[in-house]
Amino acid sequence: MNVIWNSLSWFGEPGRWSGPDGIPTRLLEHLWYSLLAFAITVAIALPLGLVLGHLRRGRAAAAAGFLVMSSANAARALPTLGLLILAVIMTSAGDLVPILIPLIALAIPPVLVNAYAGIQQVEPGLRDAAEGMGMTGRQVLARVELPVAMPLILLGLRTALIQIISTATIAAYVGLGGLGRYIVDGYSRQDYDSMAGGAILVIVLAIATQLAFAVLERAVVSPGVRPAERGRARPGTKRRARGAPPDAIPAEGRGALGGSR
Amino acid sequence: MSAPSAAAADGEPLIRWDWIGRNLDGVIAEAFREHLVLSFTPVLLGLLIALPLGLACARWSRLYPVVLAATSVLYAVPAIGLFVIFVAFTRLTYATVIVPLALYTLSVLVPAVVDGLRSVPGHVRQAAEAMGYRPLRRLLRVELPLALPVVMAGLRVATVANISLVSVGALIGIGGLGQLMVTGMKWPGGGFATPIIVAIVLIILLALAADLLLLLVQRLLTPWERAGRGRRGRAAAREAAAPGRAAAGEGGAA
Repeated sequence: MNVIWNSLSWFGEPGRWSGPDGIPTRLLEHLWYSLLAFAITVAIALPLGLVLGHLRRGRAAAAAGFLVMSSANAARALPTLGLLILAVIMTSAGDLVPILIPLIALAIPPVLVNAYAGIQQVEPGLRDAAEGMGMTGRQVLARVELPVAMPLILLGLRTALIQIISTATIAAYVGLGGLGRYIVDGYSRQDYDSMAGGAILVIVLAIATQLAFAVLERAVVSPGVRPAERGRARPGTKRRARGAPPDAIPAEGRGALGGSR
Repeated sequence: MSAPSAAAADGEPLIRWDWIGRNLDGVIAEAFREHLVLSFTPVLLGLLIALPLGLACARWSRLYPVVLAATSVLYAVPAIGLFVIFVAFTRLTYATVIVPLALYTLSVLVPAVVDGLRSVPGHVRQAAEAMGYRPLRRLLRVELPLALPVVMAGLRVATVANISLVSVGALIGIGGLGQLMVTGMKWPGGGFATPIIVAIVLIILLALAADLLLLLVQRLLTPWERAGRGRRGRAAAREAAAPGRAAAGEGGAA
């Protein structure tokens, strides 16, 4: 414990809060890479998940659903560090793009799976009622399915962003800037204070992100579908998708969906 | 450089089989052995903590949101950050990686245990009680076996995620197959893909094997799940159990 307290003096060292290796610059770098990768991930995965979940009838839709679910399991097994290193040494090192590709590829499954499962698990009765009221397919998706699926969709987005922030830390090893630099550079200099300082910053960033999503959830999720207790079945959704293999949606359903670092 | 066959565009083959051949018994076997230890010890440790913790959460439902919040915050913390912090407590030992990884499994395993126990229908619990089962025996003989499919699903997720997460430990020098990735990155002359590919492939194969093994264990431990019923029958049974489960959620969780 003493070692940790000692390393806190690292935060007060001269130049720590300014310059290219200062905390504000590194934090902004980290946020920039993370939000860039997150924006691309969401732009690809969210519409795809919503539409696939909405088109639940037919054999092709079932096959697509199976692929979506498998992608989450596959992504969990893929070692992030290996993909990052491979991407960097196979291309010319130092570019941002080869680092962003694994970051995005590993963040897509949680968004995709949760959006898909969220829409698919909407109670059929709700959907029938919406159709009976004369809503078109697009209106059913936007006004009924989307709000009901919102808690799961947000869970997917949160998992993806948290994972991107973690992976961006690791990516310092292959030359990316950001807070991971303190850990990687500290390790190569045998400077534990720098490593611990970087670790604390990254942990604080991840927890702040988690809290930001909790606030977002309060603002975005309609009170009617807000879970009375986290993780229990909510009104309007079924615990498991009909037709999906029983273990396709892990029973715990929380951060674990498609998560890997 | 040797091995001119199967050369990639720039003259260097993607996989140098001769390197694999020369290091199979040495570096690769050693890294694989370390990876096995670092993969399964945290899951076992996590299960040992999650079982009593999950039982407590299922008994005292007020405890559950608190534990859930704690584990989900923990899950958000990047692995490398937690490893670095643990260096201060454990120095650079296997424990530096094993303890944080065990903590991560809790975010999957505790909810799995709780959901599994809650999935036991209330009438089953009452029947066991009527047959004279005391609480401990009822737990061991009736509730835990019936909770097993949900717990095992969680265990499979935790195991697979853990196997790939171990490699991050290579950034502080304790990473099993992750060490091969670091070797490939540090190779003189701009890196060497072969050890990295070997590591990735072995990790995926290990994850797949562990997943199948756990699935097999689950099938062996729950023979009633497939006795005399087809897929359709089981689905119908699940539908039938659903209302009972909803009712049991509040009243039956003694």
